[in-house]
Amino acid sequence: MESAALPVNRSKGAAPSFLGQLLGFNVIWAVAFAIVGYIVAHWLGGKIGANIAAEQNPGGTDQDDIAILLGLFGSIIGWMLGLGFFNYPLKRMLGRAPSLHEGVDSSTWRYFRLCTDHKVVAMQYLVATLFFFFVAGLNAMFIRTELTSSNATLFPAGNYLTLVGLHGTMMLTMMSAGVIGPLGNWLVPIMIGSRRMAFPRIESLTMWLTVLAGFVLLSATLLGGFPTGWTGYAPLADQARAGIDSYLVSFLLIGIALVLVGINILVTVVTLRAPGMTWNRLPIFVWAMVTTSILAVLAAPVLAAALYMVMSDRSIESTFFISSSGGSPLLWDELFWFFGHPEVYILALPGFGIVLEILPVFARKPLWGYRMAVAGMFGVALMSFMVWQHHLFMSGINANLRPFYMFTTELISIPTGLIFLNGFGTLWKAKIRFTVPMLFCLAFFFNFLIGGLSGVFLSDVTSDVVTHGSFFVMAHFHYTIMGGLVFALMGGIYYWLPKMTGYTINQALGKLHFWTMFIFFNLTFFPLFAAGMLGMPRRVSSYNASLHTLNVFVSIMAFCLGLSMLIFLGNLVWSLVLKRERASDNPWHSKSLEWQIPTPVPSYNFEQIPTITGDPYGYGLPEAPVVDFGRRGAVAAGEAGA
Amino acid sequence: MRVRLLAVAATFAALIALVAVYVVYFLESGPPAVAAVINRDGSASLTLQVVGSYGNHPFPDWVSYLVKDPSGKWRHTTIWKLPAHELVHVTVYQFDSQTGLRNNFLAQVRGTVGGVATYTDVGNTGKGSGLPPYNNTSLSVIPPSEPAHTFTVPDLDLSVPLVGISDSTSNVCAVAPCPMHFAHTTISFSFRTPGAGTYRWQCFVPCAFAFLYGFGGPMQTIGYMDGLLEVA
Amino acid sequence: MSIAPEKVGRDEPHHGRNIAIIWAIATAIMVPVIIWVVGPHIPPGSLTDDTRAQHAVDVVLTALSIPLLMLVWVYLGYAVINFRADPASGTIVDGPPLRSNTRIQATWLIVSAVLVVGLAAYGTVDLLTENGAGGGQGSNPLAKPSDARSALQVQVIGQQWLWTFRYPGYGGVETAQLVLPVNREIEFHVTSLDVVHSFWAIELGVKADAVPGADNIAYVKIFRKGSFQVRCDELCGLWHGHMNTTGHIVSGSAFNSWIHATVTKYAAVTKYLPPYSLTYYPIPTRNAT
Repeated sequence: MESAALPVNRSKGAAPSFLGQLLGFNVIWAVAFAIVGYIVAHWLGGKIGANIAAEQNPGGTDQDDIAILLGLFGSIIGWMLGLGFFNYPLKRMLGRAPSLHEGVDSSTWRYFRLCTDHKVVAMQYLVATLFFFFVAGLNAMFIRTELTSSNATLFPAGNYLTLVGLHGTMMLTMMSAGVIGPLGNWLVPIMIGSRRMAFPRIESLTMWLTVLAGFVLLSATLLGGFPTGWTGYAPLADQARAGIDSYLVSFLLIGIALVLVGINILVTVVTLRAPGMTWNRLPIFVWAMVTTSILAVLAAPVLAAALYMVMSDRSIESTFFISSSGGSPLLWDELFWFFGHPEVYILALPGFGIVLEILPVFARKPLWGYRMAVAGMFGVALMSFMVWQHHLFMSGINANLRPFYMFTTELISIPTGLIFLNGFGTLWKAKIRFTVPMLFCLAFFFNFLIGGLSGVFLSDVTSDVVTHGSFFVMAHFHYTIMGGLVFALMGGIYYWLPKMTGYTINQALGKLHFWTMFIFFNLTFFPLFAAGMLGMPRRVSSYNASLHTLNVFVSIMAFCLGLSMLIFLGNLVWSLVLKRERASDNPWHSKSLEWQIPTPVPSYNFEQIPTITGDPYGYGLPEAPVVDFGRRGAVAAGEAGA
Repeated sequence: MRVRLLAVAATFAALIALVAVYVVYFLESGPPAVAAVINRDGSASLTLQVVGSYGNHPFPDWVSYLVKDPSGKWRHTTIWKLPAHELVHVTVYQFDSQTGLRNNFLAQVRGTVGGVATYTDVGNTGKGSGLPPYNNTSLSVIPPSEPAHTFTVPDLDLSVPLVGISDSTSNVCAVAPCPMHFAHTTISFSFRTPGAGTYRWQCFVPCAFAFLYGFGGPMQTIGYMDGLLEVA
Repeated sequence: MSIAPEKVGRDEPHHGRNIAIIWAIATAIMVPVIIWVVGPHIPPGSLTDDTRAQHAVDVVLTALSIPLLMLVWVYLGYAVINFRADPASGTIVDGPPLRSNTRIQATWLIVSAVLVVGLAAYGTVDLLTENGAGGGQGSNPLAKPSDARSALQVQVIGQQWLWTFRYPGYGGVETAQLVLPVNREIEFHVTSLDVVHSFWAIELGVKADAVPGADNIAYVKIFRKGSFQVRCDELCGLWHGHMNTTGHIVSGSAFNSWIHATVTKYAAVTKYLPPYSLTYYPIPTRNAT
């Protein structure tokens, strides 16, 4: 259908000259225009704000939030302008013909601008999210440095809180884009036999908004920081200095990007599957992306609304969250966690998908219980909207509902447990090859189990009285997000990067990275369960002296974990930049569609849209057909429904 | 290969430099520590002033504390070094106007020697309500509408409300450091320092103009209305 | 490398039986160890009725999680050791093409559903019979102790960044010290004057968010004299990590003399306090004037 309506330009577009590229729309202009946009909008906001302030606040105001918020929005407009996102709508308004291709050529410049090749966008996403992952990780190192002392403040207390907020917000936002962005955008079209995503420009937009969100968040350090952590509790957020505006705008950008990426993936999977790619043959990773997208599309708008309320409270002095003026601080708690709990599953489901996708390849067995895995993911996704008040067990909000939320929270462990059963069924009598991706997948089950079981303690109200808001919670969600998602993501990177880049990744360094990461991850976070139960609240810079030894130990282990991440970075530099080795088309002997096409993948992905003849897990059946690249339209009518 | 190696090395060096900038200009950015004056008998004297608007870059309209360093110069910092297990004589020149407390319990003087502080109105045109000005008056509680600020060290259970100047006063200081001819209240009290350690102190009057509950901005920034006592 | 189908061996060991045996042994060893050796050391101790309830739940949950933990670990370990490909052979051998098994899936679902319903029922009953186990129950508690009427009421007021305490039974006197009598039901009313805080009396096992404009009730009965830490458990701004104090538990008579001394000492400032109320709406909202 696509190739008929919109023929793909097979020959790579001739790249303009260096000067032409430099002067065209790209990230350099985006940065320049973003700065100009900030300045212009800030000036405008200052004019507006001066009038409002004069009315409500005769003495003038200390913080010009209207100007700063408008300035940040101005920088978004400038950023999009510089990257050329407004060109196409303008051209269409002027009557130009529609086109699905923009910025696709063979030059390196395509990585620095709007490009509609989903593989380019995915690589941009990978570099961007990994960059911010390391920035946030660096902040974690500084947090652990502060916590080597039980009372002395190595960093001024306000800066410490900003560190905590930067680490949390950046990890949460960048890791929610960390799988769906790079791997989702790269793999979903190829896995379903498509040449592109449904909305290639929106795909590029989500990527560039994510990048901007990261830098906007970092700009909080220039605006006085923010004291609220990633949860941004109002009315503290209403009260905070202008750095919180960076947090609000950054999170809003991520929310918008999540909605757009979710819609894009859902439409892609529904409309662009190749012939024969029935729902029963859809790779489990694609299902994970689908369920993640459903969560993103449904949850992120609530966040956007809540963020908008805080912006309004801060700028025009509405009182959504101020009890003495008729608002309620609990409103933020409810709205935020209504988004926040699905958000943590936005961070979990991609991990399930990666692990269940990789496991069959190295177990040399079909994915066991495929339908159950899909059902489990949908169960998790839908039930994640019914549990959010377990974050508020101690808040006094309609406390009589606590047993209900305790029940739903524990109920969600049933679909999560199914993922374990899938993994174990796949490992049963398997022929395991201990490659680096497989090691990460096995470690996923080890870590996620501890994360899940500690979640049971938190779901039980009586036990939660002790652990709520303490380092126990912090250890719990690091076990699920870092031990789960990040381990799975690492596995995914080691597994798919040879295909994505065309170069193999060093396995020896990879194993060193895995073992150091696995050991030091557990040594860092397991003791923190104890720290929490012994009375260490989250986000503190001072704690009881009796916990000092424990914290020093954890800090040292955390630094070792940081070194392990440097091994990972070194491995990437070594394998992709310094000592390149061409990867073969199918180094893992996988049956999945993405490994049946050439490495590096041509920009059009498939010479002809393939016909899918089986699911990608036909291990143990050597002749099981998976894909037919030549027999377009030759599928028997009955086979498509099989 | 050599080009790529150089490129990697250059990128790495640039990143290290960025991290260094981040640490120096953001993470470690904070006011310096200033030592109190040590008297002959081993006790310390701490001379402070509180101004309604700092009057200087970067936040000219923020309320702030200042401290007199041993050379007699006013310094804009709230991190003060004190000797351990010693008496500290504090004199505060309070130039800001009255705001009133949010929690009236903080009108109580706590933790000072004798449980009192001494208040004197200087160049002040009266209390507005017709009350006589303080003149070396020792008080353990002051009316909760009068404080402009408090000096409170919660860990030491030390708290002294600092009476503000009257709203009707025209002789108001706008730029720190404030010379003594402007209207102010002089508050003096003594307290005993505990063992070595770092103790935070803060103001409890909602005096941060334009911030919710009067408690953002300077109330949450070390160097203005929050600080540390570095007792050694 | 070539890909070959697995050669089916006749003397395949009974993997399922082996795993079950190892799991049963490991569980049989670990559960008693958890209950009787590790269990007594699990926080938060036995100072109050709340901590006893929490400790009991934590021991039960830890003991219950052991079989699951062992199941996964034993299975993973067994699989890693026994289900590995022969790296020396040079060929890639596929495993058996097993796709699913309805009986196993149904069993797994039923077992996890029973566990979950059981856990939720246990948690609910426990919560109601243990007077809310020290957690904040809002303004209208569902789980009240039988002696709630004679309980000592203590209001906990969170503010940036200090805990103060009012005793409505003693003229609403306010102090920055928390002193409580031993062996008497205590009814905390937690509220805030500004942003959201959370009152965590660690050794008492009490935790309740302090929300401006809301009254959050938690119960505790303390069995021994001593002291305890109070910390803020919800990020509330600059000094969140320093918003702590030490509370004291004293005998009933010592409490009486302390409270009367405090009432006398703070008589003057008490007159300035607003009348005792479950919530306070302090002005100014935004601007200092």
